[in-house]
Amino acid sequence: MSKAAELAALIGSGQAQGDKNLIINGAMAVAQRGVSFTSPSAGAYTLDRFKYNENFGAACTITQSTDVPSSNGFLNSMKIDITTAATPANAEEFKIDYGVEGQDFSRAGFGTSGAQALTLSFWVKSNVTGVYRVNFLNKNGTGNKIVGGTYTINIASTWENKTIAIPADTAQATYLTNVEGFRIEFYLASGPDRTSGSLPTDWISYDATRRAAGQAVNLASNTSNEWYITGVQLEIGDVATPFEHESYGDTLLKCQRYYIEFGSNGASGCFLGSTFAYVSRTIPQMRATPSISVETLTGYIDQYGTTSRNAGSVAVSHTEGHIIIYGNSMSGGSTGNPAFLRKQTYLSAEL
Amino acid sequence: MDNMTITSAQYQERDGEKVGIWATLNGVQTGVPLDPANTDYAEIMRQVAAGTLTIADAD
Repeated sequence: MSKAAELAALIGSGQAQGDKNLIINGAMAVAQRGVSFTSPSAGAYTLDRFKYNENFGAACTITQSTDVPSSNGFLNSMKIDITTAATPANAEEFKIDYGVEGQDFSRAGFGTSGAQALTLSFWVKSNVTGVYRVNFLNKNGTGNKIVGGTYTINIASTWENKTIAIPADTAQATYLTNVEGFRIEFYLASGPDRTSGSLPTDWISYDATRRAAGQAVNLASNTSNEWYITGVQLEIGDVATPFEHESYGDTLLKCQRYYIEFGSNGASGCFLGSTFAYVSRTIPQMRATPSISVETLTGYIDQYGTTSRNAGSVAVSHTEGHIIIYGNSMSGGSTGNPAFLRKQTYLSAEL
Repeated sequence: MDNMTITSAQYQERDGEKVGIWATLNGVQTGVPLDPANTDYAEIMRQVAAGTLTIADAD
């Protein structure tokens, strides 16, 4: 094929276009919640956009590491360091999840005759050699579907680049709105109820016995075990292209569609009776109305910037990109009194 | 499905209307909006439907 023909084919495939990576923060650069997480809870987000799940008593510390594959431009990886060993039984599992917003996954064309295959690529390192499963979910209100692939860590404690092919699904579209349409599950351990079936190499209706089939490793088997990952890229097509680096600022903005922290920066609002209200505009607009939690309800608000006021609870509303944070059940304020938000506030609209 | 632990949940009201749920999610007190696209709300309602969680009325 001539160079011109190769270029035309590449452009036609969409792989030469910017923003090809469907994964946000695949280089593990953004860590708004912190850089070290000791024994995170199941369902907790650690480094931005990546969710931890474990439910059989193992424990670990997750950190934003500077251990990276050399000569690839990466500055960070996610490190999982086992601190409590355990063995999963039944349907118990240990995995890292990544969810893609349905409307962002529409480019794959699932559910149409033009559905396209995808390729997942990443760098991984562990002292535990063996076969690991990656599961993919096509999420749709009529029923989830799964397909899977495996990768093998061949050499202990050495960075390896892995690629997994994901077939097109012409039969079922994912959700195409602001909810999770596609999920990647990096399995690190699984009980037998998740592995007793066979590895699904094409899209099938959800089958719990095949969800982690192929997973041979129990990363949680020993407290000396660790696992690193970076350079996660999901792209249209059947070829893994070089990782698409982007600026820290661009990645941070993308992450803030799902999670934002307001610092204890004196942002001002006012009292409405026993409620404090603070209005802001989030950029970018958050994915959905976020959940809100705070550093502490004690001294959450300073009236006139001088008088500390406690909140009984907090709430949030969200309309067309505008956020209103409420401090509820507050005493001492009068309607119209200006006041200032003094504690860290966390807004989460994760998938 | 996540394995989120929800240990309490109570409706929040403003001007007599339910506007959210004040819940303890994995040990963290959290204000959860009544938005079906919010995954915390979806998980609360899943546990309510499963009969493992009850949302208390607002004070």
